Amino acid sequence: MRHRTRVQGKGRDNRLMDATRTHLLRNRLLPVVSIAAVAIVWQLVAQFIVQNKNLLPSVTDVLGAFLVLLESGRLASDFSTSLTHFGIGVGAALLLGIPLGMAMGWFRDMDTAANPIIEILRPVPPLAWIPFAIIWFGLTPVAAGFIVFVGAFFPVLVNTYAGFKGVPRLFVEAARVLGCTSPGRLIRHVALPAAMPSIATGIRIGMGVGWMCLVAAEFFVGGRYGLGKQLWVSYSLQQMSNVVVYMLLLGILGLAMDVVFRWYVDGKLLKWRTGEVA
Amino acid sequence: MSKLSIDRVSKVFAKKQGEVVVALDDISLEIEDSEFVCFVGPSGCGKTTLLRIIAGLETATSGEVSLMGAPIRGPDPKRGMVFQEYSLFPWRTVKNNITFGLEMRGMPKADQDSAAETYLAMVGLEQFREAYPYELSGGMRQRVAIARALANEPEVLLMDEPFGALDAQTRNAMQRELLEIWEKTQKTILFVTHSVDEAVFLADRIVILSPRPGRICDTIRVDLPRPRERTGPEFANVRRYVLGLMDSCRLPSKI
Repeated sequence: MRHRTRVQGKGRDNRLMDATRTHLLRNRLLPVVSIAAVAIVWQLVAQFIVQNKNLLPSVTDVLGAFLVLLESGRLASDFSTSLTHFGIGVGAALLLGIPLGMAMGWFRDMDTAANPIIEILRPVPPLAWIPFAIIWFGLTPVAAGFIVFVGAFFPVLVNTYAGFKGVPRLFVEAARVLGCTSPGRLIRHVALPAAMPSIATGIRIGMGVGWMCLVAAEFFVGGRYGLGKQLWVSYSLQQMSNVVVYMLLLGILGLAMDVVFRWYVDGKLLKWRTGEVA
Repeated sequence: MSKLSIDRVSKVFAKKQGEVVVALDDISLEIEDSEFVCFVGPSGCGKTTLLRIIAGLETATSGEVSLMGAPIRGPDPKRGMVFQEYSLFPWRTVKNNITFGLEMRGMPKADQDSAAETYLAMVGLEQFREAYPYELSGGMRQRVAIARALANEPEVLLMDEPFGALDAQTRNAMQRELLEIWEKTQKTILFVTHSVDEAVFLADRIVILSPRPGRICDTIRVDLPRPRERTGPEFANVRRYVLGLMDSCRLPSKI
């Protein structure tokens, strides 16, 4: 009797393990299969239907172009230039957007004073700032960074503001009763941590918008290097395979930054939110 | 001199279109050191408002509350408060919630840690010192909230329906624990509830408030020895008596 129970139990364990294993396998395998399927269809269409490298380079064309670019060694400079533009823009957006959003969310007068200005400027597309970026900063990395800044600034500002507006009154009162009474300390010890999830969302959206602005910024104001710049240069030389290489690099790099950011925020900064329904 | 003195406190809230609501009307009460006072009354009788005025989170329209002779002007760690809703800071661990007030006071880290251990032990949550609030049950959260308030060593502990959101069993257990803590620390406790059962189980004195405008309708002293037996006949008698008073307080003739 005992023996049989054990055998049964073991059988169930095995079945459970099999189920988890197939589940894992599926989760790993399906993305690979779908990417491979798209690549194959793309290759077939490009090679047998379009048959024109300039209209649609095939997968192998793109891979070849990538290897040539890799060998030339210029990709590293393109990467670092683009990251410099991006870093300037996002850095400035955080430096200005977070404090301003905090002040507007916390102090009613700040909100009333700054809100109309923000609301008028916010719908202006970042690319509409390109003429002034060039006039103010010349054809420099700062000008490209400025466009990224305009794109990243508003999401950071608006989400910080919303986070500070939404600090539960209960937390503020609990802190005041415990002896945390000055506005500075309330902001530091209560409002800032309470608003952190919202601020992190703002940074993430801002980084996304900033990254999209990067390509256009580099079209107009970049120097010799940069992923966006090279995309544009490749187009003017009709090297459409290279254009695809730069498109994919922009996509993958953007994704990588988002993944790293999310990993940091969810795993470290907002560990206390595990189990909460956002 | 009594510990806490509530002297002719009234509170009027202004609503839109010049309408006014009298939440509290001419409340006077003297509370002794180490006394356990429960405020009962139907919702809308202003009992929470009164507690918030004592905490310094609201200001009285007229009248004054003073603690050991000093009038109350704003929130102060001398008056600890436990809220009805879960008010723990979710971004801080249990231990760091408890040390929040001590941190604000600038107490050295080592002293903070030893204080945290004392109060963790008092509420029986030593194993949860590094847990975040989301990992705790409702009863545990309120225990941490009590520990957090006590860590500041307040003169008075204000409790605004702290067990209102808990299930009946947890609630009874928390009431017993609170009495143990009260006996150990000898704090003066002001406890708001709408449960007569809770008030009779806990209080030295029960203050019955009447609704709209909130007035003190009656106060009764509960002389039953502790621990009180909820199902005993004396308990039932006091309970019936308080319920009867609350009913008559509702009648316009009494107001």
